[in-house]
Amino acid sequence: MEGPTKRFGNKPQIAFFDFACCEGCQLSVLQLEERLLDILELVDVVTWREAMSEYSNDYDIAFCEGSITREQDIERVREIREQAAILVTLGSCASGGCHNDLKNQWEMDEMLALVYGDQAEHFDTIPSRPITAVVEVDYKIYGCPVSLAEFVTVVKRILTGQSYEPPNQPVCVECKLNDHLCVLEKGEVCLGPVTRGGCDAICTGFGDACQGCRGLMDAANVGAMLKALTREQAHAIVRKVVERYGFTQDDIETKLRIYNNWPELNLEEIAANDD
Amino acid sequence: MTTDARIHVHHVTRVEGHGDIIAEIADGVLKQARFAIVEAPRFFEGFLRGQLYSDVTHVASRICGICACSHKCAALKATEVALDVTISPQTDLLRRLCFHGEVLSSHLLHIYFLAAPDFLGLPSVMPLIAGAPDLVKRAMRLKNIGYDLAALVAGRHTHPIAMAVGGFTFVHDPKDMLAMRERLVDIREDLTASVELFATVELPDFERPTEYVSLKHPDRYAFYDGDVFSSDGHRLPVRRYREAVTEHVVPHSTAKHARWNRPEYMVGALARFNNNYEQLHPAAQAVAERLGMDPPVHNPFAITVAQLIECVHCVEDAIELIDEVVGRGIDPAQQQVEVRPRAGQGVGAVEAPRGILFHEYEYDEDGRCLSANHVIPTAQNLANLEADMREFVPHIAGESTDRITHLLEMLVRAYDPCISCSAHMVRLPHG
Repeated sequence: MEGPTKRFGNKPQIAFFDFACCEGCQLSVLQLEERLLDILELVDVVTWREAMSEYSNDYDIAFCEGSITREQDIERVREIREQAAILVTLGSCASGGCHNDLKNQWEMDEMLALVYGDQAEHFDTIPSRPITAVVEVDYKIYGCPVSLAEFVTVVKRILTGQSYEPPNQPVCVECKLNDHLCVLEKGEVCLGPVTRGGCDAICTGFGDACQGCRGLMDAANVGAMLKALTREQAHAIVRKVVERYGFTQDDIETKLRIYNNWPELNLEEIAANDD
Repeated sequence: MTTDARIHVHHVTRVEGHGDIIAEIADGVLKQARFAIVEAPRFFEGFLRGQLYSDVTHVASRICGICACSHKCAALKATEVALDVTISPQTDLLRRLCFHGEVLSSHLLHIYFLAAPDFLGLPSVMPLIAGAPDLVKRAMRLKNIGYDLAALVAGRHTHPIAMAVGGFTFVHDPKDMLAMRERLVDIREDLTASVELFATVELPDFERPTEYVSLKHPDRYAFYDGDVFSSDGHRLPVRRYREAVTEHVVPHSTAKHARWNRPEYMVGALARFNNNYEQLHPAAQAVAERLGMDPPVHNPFAITVAQLIECVHCVEDAIELIDEVVGRGIDPAQQQVEVRPRAGQGVGAVEAPRGILFHEYEYDEDGRCLSANHVIPTAQNLANLEADMREFVPHIAGESTDRITHLLEMLVRAYDPCISCSAHMVRLPHG
């Protein structure tokens, strides 16, 4: 990602915006406590609907979370892009894709009828997509939710005019460095081998599988994972392991889809180029 | 006397999610007063279909960043009923402990960051950072002890990691529990200061008795478990929740409203306070007395005060729960029971910070989700909030339009609406 060169003479003006999401990423920011107060000495927060009644359309840096799921939200995020010198996406919904995109497996009319019944005509919905699919973004922070350490790092980079490249190594690297027990060894599907790290493998540290919340890393070798882990594709050398665990391609595909359904996940296509 | 006023607050600030206030007075008569949900719908009930039971509970917490543990636990409980899983008493204790963390963090976020600026005549807490830094730091300490307590049990508050169908995916360390106990003891001082701050607050003078709905448990102030209970005297097991929560279409709203015995009911901190006052910790009852809260309280603005009283309860009960957990010892063998997929259907209910929350799931024999239904506290409160608005507006019609607008915003904020959650409240009953 090309680093923005803008340097701020006075205190930069910050705005927070949310689209379709749980708002957990902006709430996580509040957990910074004293560090948040330090940051607030360096910037002026001028717009944050969830926390403030003050409002200004004059801002330099916009933090945006959530998925784009309505036509009107495309317009709104374009206006924010127009105003902001720097646009930062907060969390996977905005940065690369999340469970909101699961609905894209169905026709929108079908989803509306299922959830809203005879009231469906009052609602407007389009296939869900991350903000990065709609406008150019200067900084991306992945995660569901974002890691606070990474948020602070990105804020420092922005304020000092440096670019930020999100981590691009598998969660497995961080898991091994932390000496966590391999979740695959427990017989559960774990997406650590293909998922972008940067989370310090927090989930496997607590014994849960990696659900892939930061999305596939750039060089994810999904094909190799299928050959190592699935009954359908397992290489002879790992057949015994696979027989023990019994993972199917469908097991892996269903789990992968949760955070990788924008654009719609096509496992065979992804795996075709890998080995 | 205001004889004509048109009020439209676009995207009310200092609430979770997007909602509009619309009120109209013409010739001194109230024409309409409503709270419209304008949040983008997210379709959880639709896209959870096909997911494996363990992934259903993972995604379910993502309905809301504030009440993530409540959604997770409601989903876990429903799924455990469906798969016929019985958790250990140890897991039960730990989940109850986790709830206190969530209630603390959510209530204190609302009390200090969303509601308090109204009582202090400020647009937000931002001016207080320079003007009253000690108060802001206290607010952050209080809120964060809630997050940290939930994280102690579940690995993280938003979103919980280690809570799984059948138990926990790691073994808790009693040393961490005891360190948290010390912090909880120390935080009493901050809570006392909060109580004294609220003792100086004058709530708008307004009362409207309504039906109060909450969980009720025979042995304790209900957050994690209990029956569905109405102050009008009805009690139902959770699996029969559809008899209690009847959703109906109202012509002025795109959101369905909920009713039970009356045209509307209230859920949340004040409903729990009114229904279960006797089970509050004595320290919380003492605070209620200090703040002039004598149940039943019919002023919706007192929801925020009831939240503060619950915070005192949660801290005291968390200390006692930690003593119980550490005292009996944490048995690794009890952390997780075996789970086998099977076809089944189940309902789970908890008291989320904003009120009673229902999740219902149906699974096939492989443990894949066939259908999902969520009934959200904020959705259940909407009819009651609008009934309050209709009665409150004539009550304050003598005020300026600006003042009426501000008081209506305060009323909406008092309910602490969680709109991200409620945006998918309208749905087809499938049962």
